[in-house]
Amino acid sequence: MDGEADGSVTVSEDSGRRRRVHGMLKLYYGLNEEGKTPEQPESLDPCDINGPHFDPELYLNKLRRECSLAELMDQETCMVKQIRSLDSDMQTLVYENYNKFISATDTIRKMKNDFKKMEDEMDCLSANMAAITDFSARISGTLQDQHTQITKLSGVHTLLRKLQFLFELPARLNKCLELQAYAQAVSSHRRARCVLQQYSHLPSFKGIQDDCHAIMDKLAQELRQKFRDGGSSAKDLSECVELLLQLDEPAEELCDKFLSHARSRLESDLQGLEAEIRPYPSTSALKDASARRSSSAAPVGSPTDGSPKTSSLSSPSSNTDILEFIDRGCNEFVSSLCLVITSYQELFINHAQTGELASKNIPQMANGKLHAFVDDLAARYFSLVERRIQEEKGVGDNSLLVRALDRFHRRLQAVAKLLPGSAVPNQGTEIVIRAATERVKQYLCALQSFYMDSLTDVRQALATPRLSVAGASVAGGGALLGGPASGRDAPTSLPELLSSLSASILNQIKSVLASVHLFTAKDITFSNKPYFKGEFCSQGVRESLVVSFIKFLCQSSRQFCESAGDKGGSTPPALLLLLSRLCLDYETSTISYILTLTDEQFLVQHHSPVTPVTSLCAEAREAAQKLLNHYVKVQGLIISQMLRKSVETRDWVNTIEPRNVRAVMKRVVEDTTSIDVQVGLLYEEGVRKAHSSDSSKRTFSVYSSSRQQARYAASYTPSAPMDTNLLSNIHKLFSERIDIFSSVEFNKVSVMTGIIKISLKTFLECVRLRTFGRYGLQQIQVDCHYLQMYLWRFVSDENLVHFLLDEIVGSSAHRCLDPAPMEQSVIEVICERG
Amino acid sequence: MEDDAPVIYGLEFQARALTAQTAETDAIRFLVGTQSLKFDNQIHIIDFDDENNIINKNVLLHQAGEIWHIGASPADKAVLTTCYNKTSDSRLVSCAAVWRMPSDWETGSHESPDDSAHNPQTLELLCRLDDSAHGNAACVLWEPMGDGKRVISLADNNALLWDLQESSTQATVSSTATLEGKGQLKFTAGKWSPHHNCSQLATANDTAIRGWDLRTMSQIYCIENAHGQLVRDLDFNPNRQYYLASCGDDCKVKFWDVRNVQEPIKTLEEHSHWVWSVRYNHSHDQLVLTASSDSRLILSNMVSISSEPFGHLVDDEELSEGEDNHQEDKDLEMRSPNKQPVNGSRGTV
Repeated sequence: MDGEADGSVTVSEDSGRRRRVHGMLKLYYGLNEEGKTPEQPESLDPCDINGPHFDPELYLNKLRRECSLAELMDQETCMVKQIRSLDSDMQTLVYENYNKFISATDTIRKMKNDFKKMEDEMDCLSANMAAITDFSARISGTLQDQHTQITKLSGVHTLLRKLQFLFELPARLNKCLELQAYAQAVSSHRRARCVLQQYSHLPSFKGIQDDCHAIMDKLAQELRQKFRDGGSSAKDLSECVELLLQLDEPAEELCDKFLSHARSRLESDLQGLEAEIRPYPSTSALKDASARRSSSAAPVGSPTDGSPKTSSLSSPSSNTDILEFIDRGCNEFVSSLCLVITSYQELFINHAQTGELASKNIPQMANGKLHAFVDDLAARYFSLVERRIQEEKGVGDNSLLVRALDRFHRRLQAVAKLLPGSAVPNQGTEIVIRAATERVKQYLCALQSFYMDSLTDVRQALATPRLSVAGASVAGGGALLGGPASGRDAPTSLPELLSSLSASILNQIKSVLASVHLFTAKDITFSNKPYFKGEFCSQGVRESLVVSFIKFLCQSSRQFCESAGDKGGSTPPALLLLLSRLCLDYETSTISYILTLTDEQFLVQHHSPVTPVTSLCAEAREAAQKLLNHYVKVQGLIISQMLRKSVETRDWVNTIEPRNVRAVMKRVVEDTTSIDVQVGLLYEEGVRKAHSSDSSKRTFSVYSSSRQQARYAASYTPSAPMDTNLLSNIHKLFSERIDIFSSVEFNKVSVMTGIIKISLKTFLECVRLRTFGRYGLQQIQVDCHYLQMYLWRFVSDENLVHFLLDEIVGSSAHRCLDPAPMEQSVIEVICERG
Repeated sequence: MEDDAPVIYGLEFQARALTAQTAETDAIRFLVGTQSLKFDNQIHIIDFDDENNIINKNVLLHQAGEIWHIGASPADKAVLTTCYNKTSDSRLVSCAAVWRMPSDWETGSHESPDDSAHNPQTLELLCRLDDSAHGNAACVLWEPMGDGKRVISLADNNALLWDLQESSTQATVSSTATLEGKGQLKFTAGKWSPHHNCSQLATANDTAIRGWDLRTMSQIYCIENAHGQLVRDLDFNPNRQYYLASCGDDCKVKFWDVRNVQEPIKTLEEHSHWVWSVRYNHSHDQLVLTASSDSRLILSNMVSISSEPFGHLVDDEELSEGEDNHQEDKDLEMRSPNKQPVNGSRGTV
C-alpha cells in the first residue's frame, strides 16, 4: 500500500518522468512502444545508452577517447545517479504488482464458490418452466371450439351491416339530394356501385340498383343544371364538374360545355372592346389631323408621359387612347381568359391526370380543345388590337403606344405560362413587331414631310426680301458696287437659314430616334426579343429610317436639279446653293454623326449587310455637286439670257456712236457681284491664280492693243484674208479648250468662274450671229472693256476672261461691215465715266 | 474610213450652211455656202470619192450675200435654194431664192481644177422667194422626195408654202401659216416630215417645237419647253414616222415620239455647249450625228429607239468616237474658223 501511495505521488509529481520510466522499462523488456518496431535511426547507434544496440565497450571507449577527465567524472556521477533512480523505480513497480497479484488470486477464489450456488438455482427454474408449458397446452385445447364460433359470428355481423347500407342507400341518397350534399351522395353511390353491379341478377338488389340509378340520374341532372346556369362561382363550378366526372359523365361533352360557357363571357368582353373602335370615320380628316399634329407637335421632341388629353387628340377616331384600350383588353379579356384556362386545366387536365380518368386520354383531348378555344378567341382579340393600332397614326407621342404594346405583350406572357405550347404569345410578338415597323415607316414619312415643310419655309424666307442689307455688303467685302446690288437675292440670313435648317432637321432626327428608342428600352418586355435586339435596330431603325431619310434628302435635292432644268429656274437659285451646302455638310460630317448616334443609341449589331457610311457620303456629295452645278447653270443662264436679249434685239448696223457702257452690262456686273456675295456666304473663297493688283487695266490694254490690232490690220488687207484666219486658228488649236458647262468645285471662285464662263460664251455665240456696223463694233469694244474691268476679280484664272472677251471683240470685228475700232484711250474714258 | 487618213478641205471663208445633194444618186456630194461680209460669197461643191478617199471640189459664186441656209432640190440636182443676208443702204435684209447651177460646172472643173477658184462661174437666179408682206427668211425646206415643185420657207413667224412653176422660174405662195402669240415670235428651224405623204412640218421657235398639217396649215401638236432654252435644230427619223430628234442651247439632244409629247423618249447630254445641229443617217436610223459649239461632233448609236431590231447591232449606245472626235474637231475648226458647226450633213457613206 505504501508503494501505491508513493506511485500516486510520483504520478502527480511528474507524469513526464514516469512515462519516460515506462518507456525505459518497455525497452528493457524488449517491447515496442505501442507495438511499433524501433525504426528510429538513432537507436541503431551502439553508443546510444538508451538504444537497443547499446555496446558498453564501444561506449566506454568512445567516452574515454572523446572526453576529458572532468567530463568523465561528471559522466560517471550522472550515470551512477541514473542507475540509482532506475533501481528505485524498479523496486516501486515490483511492490505495486505484487499487491495486485495477491488481490486477483483472492477474487478468483471467491468466484468459484458463487458459481456453484447458481447452477443449483438454474436447475430448479427449468423444472418450473416445463410445468407451465404443460398447463398452457391443456387450456388452449379446451378453448378452441368457442373461438371459431365467435369469428363466424363477427363475419355475419359485418355482412349484415353492409346489406343494411345497401337497403338504406336510396333513402340516404334522397336525403342527400334534398340537403344538396351532392358530394356525399356521389361517394356513397360509388361505394355501393360495384356491389350492386355484381349482384344485379338478384331481384332485390336489382331493385335497389334501379332506385339508385334513378336518384343518381336526378342528381346528375341537377348538377348539370347547376353547371349550365353559370351563375355559380368558379369553385362551385369546378366541384360540379368534378362530381359529374365521377359520375362517368362524358368528359368531352363537359369540356365543350365549359368552354362554350366561357366563350360567351369572353365574347361579351370582345364586343365591349370592339365598341371602342368606332367604324372608320373619314380617313382623310384623320390623316389631316395627324399630319397637322406631326408638324406642330413633333419639333418639341417627344413629350413623354403623354397625358390622356394629348393622346385623345392624337387619335380622334376613338373615344379612348390606345393605352386605355389595351388596358381594358388586358384586364377584361386577357385576365378572364387566363382564369378560364386555369380553372379548365385544374378541372380537366391536372385533376384528370391524377385520377382514374387519365387512362381515357382525357387530358390530351381536353388540352386540344383548350388550345383550339384559346387560339380562336386570341385571333379575334388580336384582330381587334391590330385594328386599333392601325388607327394610331399620330407620331407625336410614341411612349403611349410603346407602353400599350408593352402591356399587351406582358399580359400575353401570362397566357404563355399557363399554356406552354400555345402560338398566342408568338402571334402577339408578331403584332408588336408589325406595329413597330409600321411606326418606323410613319416616322420616316413624318421626317420627310418635315423636311419638305422646312424647305418650303426656307423658300418663303428667301422670297421675302430682307431690309438689312448692310450685313451682306459687309460680308461681301469687296463688293465694289456697294449695298444695293447685293440686296437683290442674297438675304443676310443665308448662313443662318442653313444652320437653322440643318439644326432643325438634326433635332427632328434626334427626337424621332428618341421616340423609336422607346421600343428597345430595358423595362419593355418585348425589347429583349431577338427581333428588337437585332433586326429592328439594324434593318428597321438604321436602314429604313435613318438611311432612307438621308437617301430621300439626297434624292429630293437631285430632283430640284432635274425638275427645274426644263422650266428654267422654278427653284430659287439661293435655295439650290443652300441645299448644295447642306448636302456637302452632310457629306463631311452630319451623316457619320447621325449614323454613329444611331449605332450608339441602338447598339446596332449588324448581322445583315447595311449601307456603309461611305456610300451615303458619296451620294450626298454627288447631290451637292449636282446642285452646285445646277446653281451655276441657272445663274449663268439668267445672265446669259440678259446678254442674249441685249444682243439679239439691237440693230447693230445702225447704232449710234457709243457714249456709255450699255445698261445691261452694268446689270450683268451687278448681278455677278450679288451672286458672288451670295456664294461667299456659304462657300469658302477657293484658290485663284495670282494676279497683279492692277490686272484689270494692264491686261486689258495688252489684249486690246497688240494682238487685236494686228488682227484687224490683217483683215483689212483684201489680198490675204486666208492668212489671218489661218493664223488665229492655229493659235486656237494650241490654246486650251474651255469646257463651258463643266463641273465646278466647292468654292466661290470656281462657282463664279463657271457662271462667268457660261455668260461670256453665250455673249460670243450671239455676237457671231449678228452683223455689225462700225459703231456696233465700238459699242461691243466698250462693253467688253467694262466687263473686263470688273469680272476678272471673280474668276480663278483671269486669262479665261481675257480670252473670251478677246474672242467676242474679235468675232464682232469679223462680223463688222466697217471695222474701225475705237481708240483704247477713248474706251477707257467711257468706261471710267460709266 | 477608220484606216484612211482624214480628208480635209479648207474654205476661204467662214461657213454656216451645208447640205447634201439629194438628187445626186451616184456621187457623195455636199454643197457648202460661205459667209463673208466683204467678199463675194461662194458655194462649194464637194465630191467625196470614198474609194480613193479623195475630195473633188468646185466653186460657184453666190454674189447676192452671205449664206445662212442652203437646200438642194430633191428632184433636180442642179437646183438649190439659199437664205442669205444682203446689205443695202446700211440695212440688213434676209432673202431666199432658188438658183440653178450652170450646166457646165462639172466639165469645167475637170479640165482645169486649179483655175476654178480664180475664175468661178456664177449661179443662175431662177426666182426669189420673197414676199414683202412677210419677214426675213430663216430657212427654206424642199419637199422630201418630191418632184422639186414645192418648198416651204420660214420667215419670222410665218411658214410659207410655195409652188414652183415653169421650171422653178416662178414661185407663188399657195398657203401660209402664222404663229400667233405674245411677243416677237420667230421660227428658228424647221423640218419637212418625209412621212404621212409629206403632209407634216415641224418647226421650232424659242423653246417650243410645233407640228403643222400642211393640208390645213394648222397646228397638230406642240411640245412646249422641249428644251430648257432655244431649240436649234430638228430632224425626223427617216424610218419611224413619229420619231423626231431635236437639239438646243441646253446642251441636250432629245428624241420625241410626237404622239406623246409629255416626255422625251430619250435624252443625250454628251455635249458641253449648245447643240446646233442634229441629223439622222438616212439608211441606218440608229446613227445620229450632232454638232455643237463645244467644237465636237458626236456620232451616237441609238439602237434602242431605232427601227433596227434590238440587238441587231451589238455596239454600245454610243459609238466610241472619242478618239476620232478630236480629229474631227480640228477638221471642223479648219473648215469653219469660227468653230461654227456646219449646218446639216447627211452621211451617205
